Amino acid sequence: MTSNWPLFVTLRIVRLAFLLAAVAVVAFMLAKMSPVDPVQAYLGPAIAKVGPEQQDLIAQKWGLDQPPLTQFGKWLGNVAQGDLGTSMTYNEPVADVLAKRVRASLPLMAMAWLLSGLLGFILGVTAGAMADTWVDRIIRTYAYVLASTPTFWLAIVLLVVFSVGLAWTPVCCAAPIGVLPQDVTVLERLHHLILPLIALTVLGVAQITLHTRAKMIEIMQSDFALYARAQGASLADVAIRHGARNTALPAITVLFASLGELFGGSVLAEQVFAYPGLGRAAVQAGVSGDVPLLLAVALCLTVFVSIGNTIADILYHVVDPRIGATPDMEIRP
Amino acid sequence: MTDAVETTSRASSRLRLNKRMLTISATGIGAAGIACVVAGAIVFGDFGIATDFSERLAPPSWAHWFGTDQFGHDMFARTVHGLNVSLWVGLIAATLSAFIALGLSIFATTCGRWADRVVSFLVDATMGLPHLVLLILISFALGGGTHAVIVAVAVTHWPRLTRVLRADILQLRNADFIIVSRQLGKSWWYVGRHHFLPHLMPQMLVGLVLLFPHAILHEAGLTFIGFGLEPTKPAIGVLLADSMRYLTAGKWWLGLYPGVSLLVLVLCFDAIGNGLRLLLDPRQAQL
Repeated sequence: MTSNWPLFVTLRIVRLAFLLAAVAVVAFMLAKMSPVDPVQAYLGPAIAKVGPEQQDLIAQKWGLDQPPLTQFGKWLGNVAQGDLGTSMTYNEPVADVLAKRVRASLPLMAMAWLLSGLLGFILGVTAGAMADTWVDRIIRTYAYVLASTPTFWLAIVLLVVFSVGLAWTPVCCAAPIGVLPQDVTVLERLHHLILPLIALTVLGVAQITLHTRAKMIEIMQSDFALYARAQGASLADVAIRHGARNTALPAITVLFASLGELFGGSVLAEQVFAYPGLGRAAVQAGVSGDVPLLLAVALCLTVFVSIGNTIADILYHVVDPRIGATPDMEIRP
Repeated sequence: MTDAVETTSRASSRLRLNKRMLTISATGIGAAGIACVVAGAIVFGDFGIATDFSERLAPPSWAHWFGTDQFGHDMFARTVHGLNVSLWVGLIAATLSAFIALGLSIFATTCGRWADRVVSFLVDATMGLPHLVLLILISFALGGGTHAVIVAVAVTHWPRLTRVLRADILQLRNADFIIVSRQLGKSWWYVGRHHFLPHLMPQMLVGLVLLFPHAILHEAGLTFIGFGLEPTKPAIGVLLADSMRYLTAGKWWLGLYPGVSLLVLVLCFDAIGNGLRLLLDPRQAQL
């Protein structure tokens, strides 16, 4: 039934390429539609000192005097060659800015992703195995309330309690202020990472818990679980040997599909903690009309999230052979 | 024997009543909470706008339940106004989004295989970008402000509902009663009005209400990072962004209460949405 799944994987990859192209076109169009004039945004208050001729010169240097289609062609050609342009806000090649930001964001996001997956899975298995008990009710309420909590507000509350109230954690940034980047120790980095990490992890748990719980209940009611119970296996035994094993892959699938939300959360968390990551760069680029950086961030994230979605899709098919290898749109949870 | 049967049936009927009553009351409480916000915003009127520098940054007290901000504004009044703004932005954006979903799902199911492919691709493309980045891009393209937020939220929140509606329409189209109705010579227009609509309306309604929490949270997030509503509006995102400057000075109430209120508002919508879903679904009528 799944004999043609190499074909399915190939189809998914082709689809990913189309998706990227579409996102590139739409993102470029949106950026060009903006009423924010890049030259004005670049100059800021200094615009009073720069004459219209000089402004035209800047526009010419950036290629802004050409028709949008030519600009798009040039940009796409450059991107295909690996040149993402120059960031106007940071006065650096976009690729360098991205690399720096990704290096700051990656530990935060990867750790939050793994921790929320692990914690959510454990909570989900527990709640599912003890369905309709008070343990289940507490876990479910926790997950429902968290799913409705604004990320940035949770971050603010953490900041108020731990940084301002208890003074256990630093108030901002990724490293102590006034220390050279090369002198920052790993411990100091972790110390600055901990609050954003907690904020992201705690919120990421909700979805995976609810999904695992639903799957777990289904499995605990199945014939083989009942049979195992009848043979004298304890609830914990069945939950771990049969339940957890069978829910693990669906949980991983959900985890991969939730990369987009993780990033959305990290934009807000980074904003609250002034953490110099990719999310803050995106916000900064939008505020100051830095089109090359904004486009690069959008493309970079599309690759990242789409690969996550594609992995989720492929996993889903590998896990459940009944779904078959037809690319259809309602297979993802 | 008969006794035993009677007891179990009575017990289950009491249980059903309880759970159904519970759902109805949760939905009612949710609706009441939202009504309070709208009424509160009307009652307060200009109250939250007046500045009073003698009451600057006062902690919560009986006179000011949520304390006051740097201009002496009463935070409770401002929070209620903010929730009201969120409510309206959410309402307009979610409604637009639900209609986009309806239009696209009808297009996907009636205009042949290629239309289905196109819609499926659109769904994937929209879900491929993180919501917040797409929101930033659209808001940037439109130059920010209230209308930008509404458009941005409306054009990003339809994919999930589109999938649900598309699957529903496909299922309905092959249902026996639809086929019989067609063979009795009824036009598609008639079938659409009398058979599809009654089935799709509850889904639409529930989908719409469940879109609200997402719409409101994204609006608040977008406003918080500075791409959303104008800083002069008392939106929750603006209140929280303003509070950031005073949090390190220990003015915790500026950050805590607006967020809690937003959370409660979102939970109200969740309660209504889930309540409606259970109450409107004939398969859950026995609950």
